[in-house]
Amino acid sequence: MSITREKPVVSKILQKEMLELLSNGVRIDKRKLDEYRKISYQTGIIEKADGSALLSLGETMVLVGVKVELGQPFGDTPDQGVLVVNAELLPLASQTFEPGPPDERAIALARYVDRSIRESNMVDLKSLVIVPGKVCYVVYVDVYVLDYGGNLIDASVLAAAKALENTKIRKYKVDENGKLTETENVENLKLNDFPISVTFGIINNKYFVDPNLEEEQTCDTFLTFTYTQTGNICAVMKNEQGLISPAQVIEMMELGWKKAKEISSLMLGGQKGNDQENIGNAGS
Amino acid sequence: MSTKRQLINEQGIRTDGRGVDDLRPIKITLGYLTHANGSVLYEQGKNKILAAVFGPSEVHPKHTELPDRAILRVRYRMAPFSTEERKSPAPTRREIELSMVIRNALESVVLTELFPRTVIDIFVEVLQADAGTRVAGVTAAALALADAGIPMRGITAGCAVGKVDGKIVCDLNDIEDKEGEADMPVAYIPTLNKISLLQMDGLMTQEEFKQALSKAINSAMKVYQLQVNALKTKYIKREEVKK
Repeated sequence: MSITREKPVVSKILQKEMLELLSNGVRIDKRKLDEYRKISYQTGIIEKADGSALLSLGETMVLVGVKVELGQPFGDTPDQGVLVVNAELLPLASQTFEPGPPDERAIALARYVDRSIRESNMVDLKSLVIVPGKVCYVVYVDVYVLDYGGNLIDASVLAAAKALENTKIRKYKVDENGKLTETENVENLKLNDFPISVTFGIINNKYFVDPNLEEEQTCDTFLTFTYTQTGNICAVMKNEQGLISPAQVIEMMELGWKKAKEISSLMLGGQKGNDQENIGNAGS
Repeated sequence: MSTKRQLINEQGIRTDGRGVDDLRPIKITLGYLTHANGSVLYEQGKNKILAAVFGPSEVHPKHTELPDRAILRVRYRMAPFSTEERKSPAPTRREIELSMVIRNALESVVLTELFPRTVIDIFVEVLQADAGTRVAGVTAAALALADAGIPMRGITAGCAVGKVDGKIVCDLNDIEDKEGEADMPVAYIPTLNKISLLQMDGLMTQEEFKQALSKAINSAMKVYQLQVNALKTKYIKREEVKK
């Protein structure tokens, strides 16, 4: 059962100020309506994981770890490997997160990250098959929200994509009897794309990108688009209650692509190679 | 892919004989259940969805109530026999997400502020699934809410659109949903010209997305007409009985 949650209390004074500022095209933290907070990331910081990325988006911090194991392809896709995405809203990230199994917010987040990666064809699932129908790589992507400062979706999608880019898989040899032997060879995951998600907050029919925590608590609703590198849309999700006009959906889609290109150049700008750490910075 | 079967032929006809903009046949049976305050059996093609509403009633457990409004509790569930392969009766992550998505869509239209400290329970049971069940679920829930006499800002009508064989197509059926390139469920409130549910997965260009959104709204308008007719018919029947 999905049950109405109490909205976090934001002081009336703050709300009023936020709305007044918004009508003049300014935000509570002095950003412009189409301005992201600073994005920075480090990759490869969890040595025992096969891939990892720690990404911060303003005050929001998300750690994604990737583990790759051997498993069996699904019956209906014998020629594809398996991708599993899970998300945990850790209780230390916010007082509103409670210990226990993932709640509907965590599940919706994980499923959106999954859709963004899967539908953009980021991970070449066909390349993950070792013996068709029998053995394949199973790629587990675990999203750990460490600090909740608003806009978890964008931070999680970007961190997951960055962690996958950082992921190495061990190669196996298959002999004529179908027996597997581990080799010394380690390769990068084969990737086809790099999805970029852009989230809008909407208050009183005014929309802006990358809501921070206070804005998120005041917003009527949210809309997220995920774009591929060529500008196709691979996932969309309206979150929370609240209504949006069709015309604004299209406006946001167009502005979102502009922002996605900017974020993309930052996310893919870091030097390529096998560095332990890639640090990217941008924004304000 | 060479193995992929063709889902739309050269004449623009789909596997079930429809054109690209046609909806599947829709049948609305209001008041299907006797004990719920409002209920409907909503059939759209092979989809059979039962929605029921209870309330507004006292909240248990008490601590979940809100002082200024009613809370909504929504359960979306698929029956184990509703799909080709048996579905485990345990709640899946998909069902948990869809319960939330449906609740979010309905919260924006139900006048919950009229019933503080109460709960409105909404149950959406998919008895047979044939693609587009979440939007059919929202459509059915809106009808059940209206049948229960719960005040709303407008009637929500839902319809999914998608991309099949490179074309934007309305109201996907099961094969189109599984083998098509994209699926986009939309719920729309015609009287407000607002969208209350929007999701998409698959691949679309930005132009296709625009086209899909406008086709979704057109389809929702058709669903809305059927909803209004069904409600009016039931209401008029009641009036006649009273005389």
